[in-house]
Amino acid sequence: MEIGLSHYLTVAAILFVIGMFGIFINRKNVIVILMSIELILLAVNINFVAFSSYLGDLAGQIFGLLILTVAAAEAAIGLAILVVFYRNRGSIAVEDINMMKG
Amino acid sequence: MTTELATLPNLMPALPEILLAVGAMVLLMLGAFGGSKTSQVVNGLAVAVLIIAGAILLLSSGGTVTTFNDAFIQDPFARLMKVLVLIGSGFSLAMSVGYTQEEKFDRFEYPVLVLLATVGMMLMLSANDMIAVYLGLELQSLTLYVLSSFKRDSAKATEAGLKYFVLGALSSGMLLYGMSLVYGFTGQTSFVGIAEAVHVEGAGIGVIFGLVFILAGLTFKISAVPFHMWTPDVYEGAPTPVTAFLAAAPKVAAMGLIVRVVMTAFDPMDLQWQQVITFVSILSMVLGAFAAIGQRNIKRLMAYSSISHMGYALVGLAAGSSAGVVGVIVYLITYLAMTLGTFAAIMSMRRRDGMVERIDDLAGLSRNDLPMAVLLGVLMFSLAGIPWMGGFIGKWFVFSAAIEAGLYPLAIIGVLASVVGAFYYLRIVKIMFFDDPAPVFERPANELRLVLVISGLFMASMVFYVSPIRTVAELAANSFF
Repeated sequence: MEIGLSHYLTVAAILFVIGMFGIFINRKNVIVILMSIELILLAVNINFVAFSSYLGDLAGQIFGLLILTVAAAEAAIGLAILVVFYRNRGSIAVEDINMMKG
Repeated sequence: MTTELATLPNLMPALPEILLAVGAMVLLMLGAFGGSKTSQVVNGLAVAVLIIAGAILLLSSGGTVTTFNDAFIQDPFARLMKVLVLIGSGFSLAMSVGYTQEEKFDRFEYPVLVLLATVGMMLMLSANDMIAVYLGLELQSLTLYVLSSFKRDSAKATEAGLKYFVLGALSSGMLLYGMSLVYGFTGQTSFVGIAEAVHVEGAGIGVIFGLVFILAGLTFKISAVPFHMWTPDVYEGAPTPVTAFLAAAPKVAAMGLIVRVVMTAFDPMDLQWQQVITFVSILSMVLGAFAAIGQRNIKRLMAYSSISHMGYALVGLAAGSSAGVVGVIVYLITYLAMTLGTFAAIMSMRRRDGMVERIDDLAGLSRNDLPMAVLLGVLMFSLAGIPWMGGFIGKWFVFSAAIEAGLYPLAIIGVLASVVGAFYYLRIVKIMFFDDPAPVFERPANELRLVLVISGLFMASMVFYVSPIRTVAELAANSFF
């Protein structure tokens, strides 16, 4: 069986959905949410690279590289915010992020 | 080929952005080497840089220019929206001066981050390519995550930053997934290319899927329902100057970006995006009106208020006509002025033992500080859309565009929602004028009073300059038609 565009798109879609569920169903730890975000971004990258190779057009791969760069910056900022949150509350459990409601 | 690589792109259209980016870096150096005492200087210089960038925009010639391989476009629409963004950023920086001294908030990083966020917003407004959209949006969002948790020893502020970050990253993920689908099914990332491909091949299911994901990601940034969950918490938790900034400039920039994306890239798919925008608009207006009724914290109330205002602005976009875009622009002008004025009043709510932000703290303000009560009352009337205040004129433009386009249900729901919304604005006026006085506020800083006066007078007298504002908005809207 030859592996074609649709296989790549299916893998990317599955990873994207796992990432989404990781954010919404997860009740334990904020680190898992950060990992889910990375999963979503990498799913998008698979999409871009697969389309780029299928279309024979380089723009998709350039977009992929830029996403990687921004994802690194995003992870850095996310972890930094998480560290200051931990210093204030002494916990990074999702159920403890509850000071404001309504 | 080599000569093509060797020549620089035309940098002149992007001069304001370049100035702001270089200015931010210079100010960062100034702050880093000058120590913490320079924060007031850095703040003043940042406002000066914003003013210079605005002057360059206003003085540049009126046509449409593209550069950086058509990824960057400077047209009358971009110019007008950028001036609005600069006004929003400049005023919120100026308003933060007194607060920073009182609350030990005076770090030079604050104005630098605001400048960088402004660069991101201006890039969003000039984006003519999906890659440029993403980079501009992320520059703005990443800076705003940091800004909202800027008071790093406050548990509330860091919680706000964390929530904003998680949901913001999720929305960027959805936006990117949509962009990847649109790229795959059209083979293009530039707006013009996408529009051509959709025009030739028709709107397939893949492109429609992509469009919906892109709109989901973008409506998150204007906090429209159903992507509004972060707004009340972030508004309440973030330090008040940051909330004022968050409520003003980024909303204008994201709304401008949505207008450009649907009006250029997805222009041939107007049937599809109009449905999405109509749906989002109705939900935002209704939820914003009802959920604000029970609020006791004025920053939370302003969060729901901004959700419903974004819904009203989307009414104009749903019309999809030239009049609709004019309506969106006029609405954003009034929204910007009302928001800055109201937050100037909120930042003046200070007693000897610190900032207060409950609505009941405004009780009997008319007897303690009549000018502030009158000006805030004018702004509340304007937010509620009472004739002939500025807010009414904005609503008039968007609803008449919706009626011209035959969207009667949307216009009717919008008017009914604004009647419900009037309740909680008028309740604030009642509390200020008829309840027993609460303890007196400290004398507010001059810059806060100045912003409140400017915005109150502008909203009260806007009916006299409707026609120049309309002319400017029409000129900008003609970029798309």
